Amino acid sequence: MTGLIANTDLLRKLLVGFVRDEVRKVGVSKVVLGLSGGIDSALVAFIAAEALGPENVHAICMPYKSSNPESEAHARLVAASCGVNFSVVPITAMVDAYFGMFPDADNMRRGNKMARERMTVLFDHSALLRALVLGTSNKTELLLGYGTLYGDMASALNPIGDIYKTQVWQLSAAMGVPKEVIEKQPSADLWAGQTDEEELGFSYRQVDELLYRMVDERLTKPELAAEGFDREFVESIYAKIQNSHFKRRLPVIAKVSNRTIDRDFRYARDWGK
Amino acid sequence: MNFTAVLAQIKPKLGCVADNLSIVEGEIAKAREAGADLIIFPELALSGYFLKDLVPEVALRVDSPEISRLIELSRGISIVIGFVEETDDYHFFNSALYLEDGAIRHLHRKVYLPTYGLFDEQRYLAKGEAFRAFDTKFGRFGILICEDMWHLSASYILAMDGATTLICLSSSPARGIEGDSLGSASAWQKLVSTTAMFLNCRVLYSNRVGFEDGINFWGGSEYIAPSGESIVRGSLFEKDFVTASVDEGALRRERIFSPMIRDENMFVTMQELERIAQKRRR
Repeated sequence: MTGLIANTDLLRKLLVGFVRDEVRKVGVSKVVLGLSGGIDSALVAFIAAEALGPENVHAICMPYKSSNPESEAHARLVAASCGVNFSVVPITAMVDAYFGMFPDADNMRRGNKMARERMTVLFDHSALLRALVLGTSNKTELLLGYGTLYGDMASALNPIGDIYKTQVWQLSAAMGVPKEVIEKQPSADLWAGQTDEEELGFSYRQVDELLYRMVDERLTKPELAAEGFDREFVESIYAKIQNSHFKRRLPVIAKVSNRTIDRDFRYARDWGK
Repeated sequence: MNFTAVLAQIKPKLGCVADNLSIVEGEIAKAREAGADLIIFPELALSGYFLKDLVPEVALRVDSPEISRLIELSRGISIVIGFVEETDDYHFFNSALYLEDGAIRHLHRKVYLPTYGLFDEQRYLAKGEAFRAFDTKFGRFGILICEDMWHLSASYILAMDGATTLICLSSSPARGIEGDSLGSASAWQKLVSTTAMFLNCRVLYSNRVGFEDGINFWGGSEYIAPSGESIVRGSLFEKDFVTASVDEGALRRERIFSPMIRDENMFVTMQELERIAQKRRR
């Protein structure tokens, strides 16, 4: 599928330019991001280092006690290879203090809490360092809703939110992200042995092929069937997109006035920039 | 006559008319110093593009101090500039002015306001209703604003009205990262080249750069000879100051070599369009 094969030179220029322009126009020179040891945040660190100079990029690894130690090692490797500032802020104490009050909480609640704990660390460092928080969610997970609202989905700017996981792999290779990070199984690393693809029930390559045709090319369901996509798979992905749409929108405001924010009070965020 | 045109590939600030006017004045000074005869700015150079509810706040009347200042500057160099125009009856247009020798020579109001995909112009702006060629010191010109050029009839009308130079002011967003070159850039390059060839006109295309809410404007401002050949092209994504030496001889030779516009039968076109219009009215 040619549509998923990105021109990485062009894409790199666009995304590096995006970070440089959108960060500096608000009068800031630095960014902060969470570095998980996975490929998405690694790629964002590389893009930011190229855009702003590695000295202006602060990467924070935020492990929980059950996180795979390999994740932190990979995060260190990524930071070292693109030269950005690196620190470790464990979230175990905060998360455990909370769940001490709710010991029966399931994995989903715990995973969401961890993601939101990390978000508060990043936004606190945003104030500390006068740095914008970079998002690291790719288009695949944003469309599937495979992320935590106000957790890992929260950021000021997201350079990779319009590229699929398949393209994240391509650009990461082109930009020199360490091989170990590119080649390992994607994982949210919430518990031992968890992998995204096992949890989702399909591979990223498989779903990206479908998402590209369904979202970008707007093929109809019969057209998708004609291209060989399983009907049930198509239906289930369509439902995932629909059911997670709330995560991609601002909170819904009850309209009572003539000018309601984002409804008939409409300005670009770059207003005056 | 031969003349030198500058395509000012600038990066306007969204909603900041005063800042943009000073960018524009800086480019005009630079172009004068370089001995250029004409400087062309992009669409909405004085305001930025994704204005939404800012439209009434950044709008300028043609008798505003800002436009008067540019009219004054046109005594030294001819100027083409895009801005939001406010009229006496409080309509807002995506407009372009051609200023020369201290006077307004032409005002074009964008006719085709894109309202699909990432575009939302008709929500905020009124539609222009004319394509008119006009005389300048450098020959007969026609102005198009961005989407106007994607309508064959617009360039055709200007060529029939005697324009031999088409100026297009643009704020074209970058998209399409699959091919050898940027999708929107290669689409535009085909369009300007084909238009020049079809109409034996030269095209001066001025596009902006920078980002607005994550949307990039790709630049690539370009001078296309009447043969369709790209003579000079500005850089992709970066600010630029593109200098085009426009050769009158090339226009004359092209019109001798491929006299399609001489042979164009406007009356057949009108007769057939009238027939189609009649049919649609029924």
